[in-house]
Amino acid sequence: MTTHIPGHVEHYTGDYPIVVEGVRNQFGDHVIHEDLSLKVRRGEILGVVGGSGTGKSVLMRSIIGLQVPDAGEITVLGQSITDAKDDDDIDIRSRWGVLFQGGALFSTLTVAENVEVPLLEFYPEIADQLRHEIALYKVMLSGLPSEAAAKYPSELSGGMRKRAGLARALALDPELLFLDEPTAGLDPIGAAAFDRLTRELADTLGLTVFLITHDLDTLYEICDRVAVIADKRVIAVGSIPELLALDHPWIQEYFNGPRGRAAEAAQHRAKQVDKPQGGKA
Amino acid sequence: MREWAEFREEHDADGAVTVVLSGPLVVSAIGELDRDLRALAGPVARVDLSEVSEIDTVGAWIAWRLARDHSADISSTSDKAERLIAAVHRSGGDAAVTPPELPVFERVFARVGDYVLATFAGMRGFLGFMGAMLIAIGHLLRNPGEFRIKALVRQLELVGVNALGIIGLMSFLVGIVIAQQGAVQLQQFGAEIYTINLTGRLAFRELGVLMTAIMVAGRSGSAFAAQLGTMKLTEEVDAMRTIGVSPVEALVIPRVLAATFMMVLLGFYASLAAILGGAFISTMTLEIPFMTFLTRIQEVVPLHDIWVGLIKAPVFGAIVAMAGCYQGMQVKGNSEEVGLRTTIAVVQAIFAVIVLDAFFAVFFTEVGWG
Repeated sequence: MTTHIPGHVEHYTGDYPIVVEGVRNQFGDHVIHEDLSLKVRRGEILGVVGGSGTGKSVLMRSIIGLQVPDAGEITVLGQSITDAKDDDDIDIRSRWGVLFQGGALFSTLTVAENVEVPLLEFYPEIADQLRHEIALYKVMLSGLPSEAAAKYPSELSGGMRKRAGLARALALDPELLFLDEPTAGLDPIGAAAFDRLTRELADTLGLTVFLITHDLDTLYEICDRVAVIADKRVIAVGSIPELLALDHPWIQEYFNGPRGRAAEAAQHRAKQVDKPQGGKA
Repeated sequence: MREWAEFREEHDADGAVTVVLSGPLVVSAIGELDRDLRALAGPVARVDLSEVSEIDTVGAWIAWRLARDHSADISSTSDKAERLIAAVHRSGGDAAVTPPELPVFERVFARVGDYVLATFAGMRGFLGFMGAMLIAIGHLLRNPGEFRIKALVRQLELVGVNALGIIGLMSFLVGIVIAQQGAVQLQQFGAEIYTINLTGRLAFRELGVLMTAIMVAGRSGSAFAAQLGTMKLTEEVDAMRTIGVSPVEALVIPRVLAATFMMVLLGFYASLAAILGGAFISTMTLEIPFMTFLTRIQEVVPLHDIWVGLIKAPVFGAIVAMAGCYQGMQVKGNSEEVGLRTTIAVVQAIFAVIVLDAFFAVFFTEVGWG
């Protein structure tokens, strides 16, 4: 057994905290990824899109070491994930936070206790009182009311559960944040609020965010760049205007379909509303 | 080597105290600092962050809390520190992290009260469950076309056919133990031939059915509780209701019927396996030939012994299945509940089966089937 207590680590200062090179993932004969490469820039929010079943979640699971790729190289914060022999080798787990699709909260613990789990696991020397305080402000930082801290996940609504999951993902002040469809299943108001929260936290805490989403509004609203997965690999990475300039049928259909146009129009309107206000200030 | 965040106190000319924090003010390095700062008597006029090499929200929280507790000012030199302190400042609040707990004295009464209420609620719930089953049976009798024959066949396979191996082996071994241990005692007054009576009557009246019921409770009763409990959690049961499918008809009735019917067959099968075990060990150690043992069984076991076993078996099967299904349907909230309810289902089923078995023993003796 190795101890889980990491020494003090300097923040990653390279340009690309996540580097994926030539990854192949397959289940049996079914190839999900073939020669997939992707670089995530430090401090950006990268949106990852792709049709259902194109392996967005599989890519995320590969990056965080839950799924071992059949070929290729993945480096996170300068450390190779694919070279790790077993789970204990990946000692950068305290430097990333993951929000799973359903929140994946521990159902027998309260929200605050959920947030305390990673703290207790990695930094047992932190006194109980401080740990409670940290859990509480993380819960509120994630946009939940303080009463929610003492509630069990089953007592929360879907949107609150996502926020609670986000609070747990942020428990250790990570450098990287992985979000798997954070706005799926939320109402438009809740989704927009979650988008704003993500952007705010990313700016405040200096996070690099790997964001899987189907939500076009999210892409337009908060993503610096968007990576498109199709044909078993990342076919393009760039800002939305850059992607629109490409002549790939899937990309065109995705962004120029009725929903894509609606999201773009909404973004356009929002900008026009912002401008006069910006002028006055 | 781990580097810890540190602090020192500086006294100004006018006696005001400045706490200077230094080193990495991050989550991995503040365990000691937090304890020391909490013990700090104060008063503190200023918190100086200019020597901090790194800061995250936990560090910002520590600095902000120190300033709040002593009404001090924070002076920092970095944008990041100010941004983070502003963020935790917005999120500062006091609330419990666990649900409120009563004082011990009151808690004892509250627990006892909860327990009593839960017991009554459980009894009511079980009554309701029985009622729902009766309604479903009534409905199915009037509309036999709606009966789920496929589900029943599937459960018959799971409860019965798949259990043949383990129940056969278990009963065979129990038969061996009974015959062998019985023979040791009976040999003392030269009556080892009565080993056959002992094994045969015990197997048909008690052991076959009782051991099978316990095995079915462990195999199938627990599975029923866990399956239905998980289906409750994933809202499958609610989905069925919305579509207009009665969960009792679709889930409970096939399971209860399968267990009731299969217990009869399994109980009889287990009795036979136990007798074979007895015959086997008698051949090996008592020099009673195998076939002689079996022929003697026919002579010494009265037919009503078989009836006793066959009458008890379906009752036990129904109890085991109903306990499992009832507990499964009671699951709500979280995954821990599934495990809890499954345990309760098995314990209740086995307990009820043994209590009933005692009543049956007295009853059958009274009616002359001793």
